[in-house]
Amino acid sequence: MVSFLRFLINGISLGSVYAIIALGYTMVYGIAKMLNFAHGDVIMVGAYIAFCAMTYMGLPPFVAVLCAMLVCTVLGVMIEGLAYRPLREATKLAVLITAIGVSYLLQNTALLIWTANPKVFPSVFNVGAIRLFDGNLVITSEIILTIVANVVIMVALTMFTSKTKMGKAMRAVSEDRGAAELMGINVNRTISVTFAIGSALAAIAGVLLCSSYPTLMPTTGSMPGIKAFTAAVFGGIGSIPGAMIGGLLLGIIEILGKAYISTELGDAIVFAVLIIVLLFKPAGLLGKPVHEKV
Amino acid sequence: MTQSEGKKRLLDTRMVPAPSQGIIPERDLHSTPVLEARHLGIEFGGLKAVEDFNLIIGKTEIAGLIGPNGAGKTTVFNLLTKVYQPTMGTVLLNGKDTAGMNTVQANKLGIARTFQNIRLFDNMTVEDNVRIGLHNQIKYGMFTGIMRLPGYWKGERQQHEKALELLSIFDMQDLAGVRAGSLPYGAQRRLEIVRALATNPSLLLLDEPAAGMNPHETEELMHNIIKIRDQFKIAVMLIEHDMNLVMGICEGICVLNYGRIIAKGTADEIQANPTVIEAYLGKKKEG
Amino acid sequence: MKKLKKSTINNIISFGIVIIAFIICQSMIASGAMKRSLRGQLVPICVYIVMAISLNLVVGISGELSLGHAGFMSVGAFSGIIAAAWLNALFHIESELLRLILAMVVGGLFAGIAGVLIGVPVLRLRGDYLAIVTLAFGEIIRNVLNCMYFSLDGGRLYVSFNNPNIPGTMLVNGPAGATVEAKIATFPVGFALIIFTLIVAMNLINSRSGRAIMATRDNRIAAEAMGINVTKYKMMAFVTAAVLAGMAGALYGLNFSTVAASKFKFDTSILVLVFVVLGGIGNIWGSIIAATLLTVLPELLRTFADYRMLVYAVVLILVMLVTNNPMLRSLFSQMGRRRGRDAQTQVGGADE
Repeated sequence: MVSFLRFLINGISLGSVYAIIALGYTMVYGIAKMLNFAHGDVIMVGAYIAFCAMTYMGLPPFVAVLCAMLVCTVLGVMIEGLAYRPLREATKLAVLITAIGVSYLLQNTALLIWTANPKVFPSVFNVGAIRLFDGNLVITSEIILTIVANVVIMVALTMFTSKTKMGKAMRAVSEDRGAAELMGINVNRTISVTFAIGSALAAIAGVLLCSSYPTLMPTTGSMPGIKAFTAAVFGGIGSIPGAMIGGLLLGIIEILGKAYISTELGDAIVFAVLIIVLLFKPAGLLGKPVHEKV
Repeated sequence: MTQSEGKKRLLDTRMVPAPSQGIIPERDLHSTPVLEARHLGIEFGGLKAVEDFNLIIGKTEIAGLIGPNGAGKTTVFNLLTKVYQPTMGTVLLNGKDTAGMNTVQANKLGIARTFQNIRLFDNMTVEDNVRIGLHNQIKYGMFTGIMRLPGYWKGERQQHEKALELLSIFDMQDLAGVRAGSLPYGAQRRLEIVRALATNPSLLLLDEPAAGMNPHETEELMHNIIKIRDQFKIAVMLIEHDMNLVMGICEGICVLNYGRIIAKGTADEIQANPTVIEAYLGKKKEG
Repeated sequence: MKKLKKSTINNIISFGIVIIAFIICQSMIASGAMKRSLRGQLVPICVYIVMAISLNLVVGISGELSLGHAGFMSVGAFSGIIAAAWLNALFHIESELLRLILAMVVGGLFAGIAGVLIGVPVLRLRGDYLAIVTLAFGEIIRNVLNCMYFSLDGGRLYVSFNNPNIPGTMLVNGPAGATVEAKIATFPVGFALIIFTLIVAMNLINSRSGRAIMATRDNRIAAEAMGINVTKYKMMAFVTAAVLAGMAGALYGLNFSTVAASKFKFDTSILVLVFVVLGGIGNIWGSIIAATLLTVLPELLRTFADYRMLVYAVVLILVMLVTNNPMLRSLFSQMGRRRGRDAQTQVGGADE
């Protein structure tokens, strides 16, 4: 029972990281209607920036996170402006391949700068732990931090999209880009802001991911990226609460699956659950089905 | 409707009551009606788009479905072709209940259609579009095709000949090699009719076949619809806003408003019906 | 009839070019004019060409984005390797050629079965959801293969899941991958597989079934209204592609001494997709050229060592921008008009 609780808490923690990454995917998908495969690599860049800021420049952890967020925001906006914006009217597949190109570019640039040798991410947020059940259940400060960060981000984003002018503009663009443009909404700026937010979140996710799983390599972002993307689809891509629920469920399923079914098959279980959900809810848990008008 | 008199009536059919409901042409009285809809209806999230739709179409009848914009005419077509599953009522096609069927099965049972917003295979040639229509008429398997067995050559030749034959109805056989998307609007509408005919239907549904055509083309279309009916011995049901066409060739006309039938009858009866004039013709003047 | 003849002539010319390319390669090998590193790339090039053509059947002809094509390749590779060893142990087949061909048939068969099993759920979905599920299946296949153990003891084949303790010599050893008994893949067989794939793809496209597949791609609703069973024809394209990928996978597996499932990750699926997109979606010949160039290119860039993948990424992004941005495209087509219309047709292909 205690071990189940431990797995559950670990799952929620991992799921929170997935959820934060998935938010970036889902917002970009909702507004730009593109699968941004480079998002996972922005996570990796964020983690490296935070790593460098802490180990080489000796900055305090929270300043380092802010640095990472700043760099990733600039990076995200640059990627959008240089690579994706010229393809706004192009086919989906062309944008997808470009995103893959950007992903390769980021990974290989990281490879040149930081080499393939894994870096050990410092355990900066480890300031103690809560011990329950005679020390059988340890909840580290990283786990608490991750879950708290997730909740804060979720609440903040929901407020942002429902209350602020820019948030409403985002929702309008995601509903109907053409109509939003006619209503005087600057679509390009809205998309840029979306990428900025998504990338800043990716930086946070990168730091949180690496404080729980401290091996940092140029390919660190790929698999969490793909899984977070799965989480976004799982919850219904384009939906912010969907990304949150999808991320959490995915994290929990992965940890429980690894613990109780098979360590080697952890990823396969995650993907199998995704497939089963999509078969019954073809637009994800919270997605709206789209009907073509005849 | 600009004027109700002086309209050319191309067909003069005697309509008689059908055994079950409605009216059908006298000549079709002794054959199974091609279509019988009983209490047909569909709801979209509580909104009744079509309700209590009853209609009977004779084996060789040309029927018209008219009504103001948004009355639910295309929805009726979508119900009949099973693009939507009706939430109420039944549809009998050549006497067979179509409950639970999908679009493909309905087509195989003998219902073919054109679309209001043209849906051709734009990047294929005119001939290939018709060949798609012939898909279930002249068959050979995938393996035969890949291995180029004799069945392939025979099937391809038959498809080619049949496609040209069908295209010649509208004098389009010379356009066989042209990309369908590059055809002028009127020709695209005609090609859609040919493609639907290729599926060998017993009921042909035409959704605004004259939209975008000039008066001369429309006139020609009217003669062609009659020609198709006579040549293939099939029934035609059409949605159309051009009253010259509807009154000129439709034997039985059904008027739809807000998803309900407000009148049924011959052209004369419809034109004299005060409810229709109020609901439909009045509206028409505003627009 | 005129159109048919024109396409037939085009096909004959194109087949001619492929055959001439093969003869040139063969004579270069015979005369020793080909560098060893390039010679080692010949079979992989054949494999990637077949992969690209088969993926083009799904992405280009049937219009569904598949991100898990490498999964079918891995099924083909593993079943082909096992079949080659097992058949040899059972029947002592002397001829390496026969063994290779049988292995490829088995690889194609198993990949085809996987294609049917995966196609049933996948093809019910649409668009991006379909794409993500193919990705998921690709990852599941890799994950499961990582847990598979096969061994051969005399003529008996042992299979186990997650348990390496089985008797005899190991054929497939979990994450360590498969050990190939004899590297029997050859360039001429690879070339023959390309020709076979081309014939299947071309003849399928120019047939009743092919037209039905393209009709479901161009306008699903109209195709259904014409009595075409959309799922059946999407399935036909999907499974045909899976079979061809499986055959290519068997050839690939038997070209190395060991093959691990990690060789068939998501990246491999993406690599093949890049060939398809750069060659022009739906353009079979474009796939061949793109697969060849992009397999040779990293080899030629070997002098740049560390920078070559970076260059590759930049080239990929630039090509996508140039061929798909309306402004850049018109600029390039103006330049192209002076130099002939080649660039224009390439762009047109990628646009479909």
